[in-house]
Amino acid sequence: MTTDPMTTDPMTTDSQLLGALAPADPQTLARLRVRLAAAAEASSDLDVAYRTVDSPIGSLLLAATEAGLVRVAVEGERHEAVLATLAERISPRILRAPRRLDPVARELDEYFAGARTIFDLPLDRRLSVGFRREVLERLPSIPYGGTASYAAIAGWLGRPRAMRAVGTACATNPLPIVVPCHRVLRSDGSLGGYAGGLDAKRTLLALEAGGSGSVAGAP
Amino acid sequence: MSKRPFEEIVEQHGATVFRVARAVVGPADAEDAWSETFLAAMRAYPALDEGANMEAWLVTIAHRKAIDLGRSQARRPASVGQPPDDRPATDGLPGHAPDDELWAAIRALPARQRQTVAYHYLADLPYAEVAAIVGGTAEAARRAAADGIRTLRRTYAPASEPTKGRSR
Repeated sequence: MTTDPMTTDPMTTDSQLLGALAPADPQTLARLRVRLAAAAEASSDLDVAYRTVDSPIGSLLLAATEAGLVRVAVEGERHEAVLATLAERISPRILRAPRRLDPVARELDEYFAGARTIFDLPLDRRLSVGFRREVLERLPSIPYGGTASYAAIAGWLGRPRAMRAVGTACATNPLPIVVPCHRVLRSDGSLGGYAGGLDAKRTLLALEAGGSGSVAGAP
Repeated sequence: MSKRPFEEIVEQHGATVFRVARAVVGPADAEDAWSETFLAAMRAYPALDEGANMEAWLVTIAHRKAIDLGRSQARRPASVGQPPDDRPATDGLPGHAPDDELWAAIRALPARQRQTVAYHYLADLPYAEVAAIVGGTAEAARRAAADGIRTLRRTYAPASEPTKGRSR
């Protein structure tokens, strides 16, 4: 195929013609995304809102449904994978929409500053079911600054031999920090495990030990 | 495979949909068109086919929203401004961007040409998809876009394209 030197491929030149149009301004797009999140919130189309916050144990991803806080992901978890799982298990109607998480971010700030010992937030516990959920619902009764063993919790729940199941429930806690699985240790006092890594668990326990020592909320 | 979080859809396609909206409804209404498009898309997203072409789907919604906006504009009192198909002198924005005249030239095209140019050249949709959105055959869509491009060259290109060859 010969090409007439006087003409160029029309597709190329046509695309070039419109290539003179500047791309959308990033600031405009950012503003539109904030507006979309607000509109979706107002019309109840926002099934899951999320944001990230910095903390002494790294970046945290916070996600909430209209019912309450549904997921806290610690630094070790890939946030993209966490959002994909929320899309699958709850709804893909997910937007970065910080406002719904403002109260959560505020309470976490206070907690990490040593000024808060109990979280007072609506929780959406739909990601945990069965015995795991029973375990997680029980954890807040371990007071701030205190610890309990996997065996003790199994005992509280009337299933003293279910230590491993308690361990699994803690390891798969969808709401770490707020539901204090970091306060659960092995019977010999060793740390056991933590989704955010043992350093994170140590940091949280040290924070609580070094705080006022208050055991507010102890049963 | 389940659906991706909608945030990723906005991240990936938001800029293109904004350019399409700007070309089709003009700068004054582009933000409203964009917002209504993505809100409607988010509402419908859970029911969307997994294999759907996301960009074509979003442009389809944007097309309908643009028609709705055009209708509500037509109902507005005449004092609000010129009808959208009247040629705007500028983009109506403070300052003057180098591409203002081209945007204005696109806005001055007849609706069908403006839409086919935007959907094919800005959203990169093949003519079969463009035709599915605007109606008619793919060939008719191709002709409308070609007519639009020819007009753009006549109304816009001469100023920026001196006869001594293109600069790029």
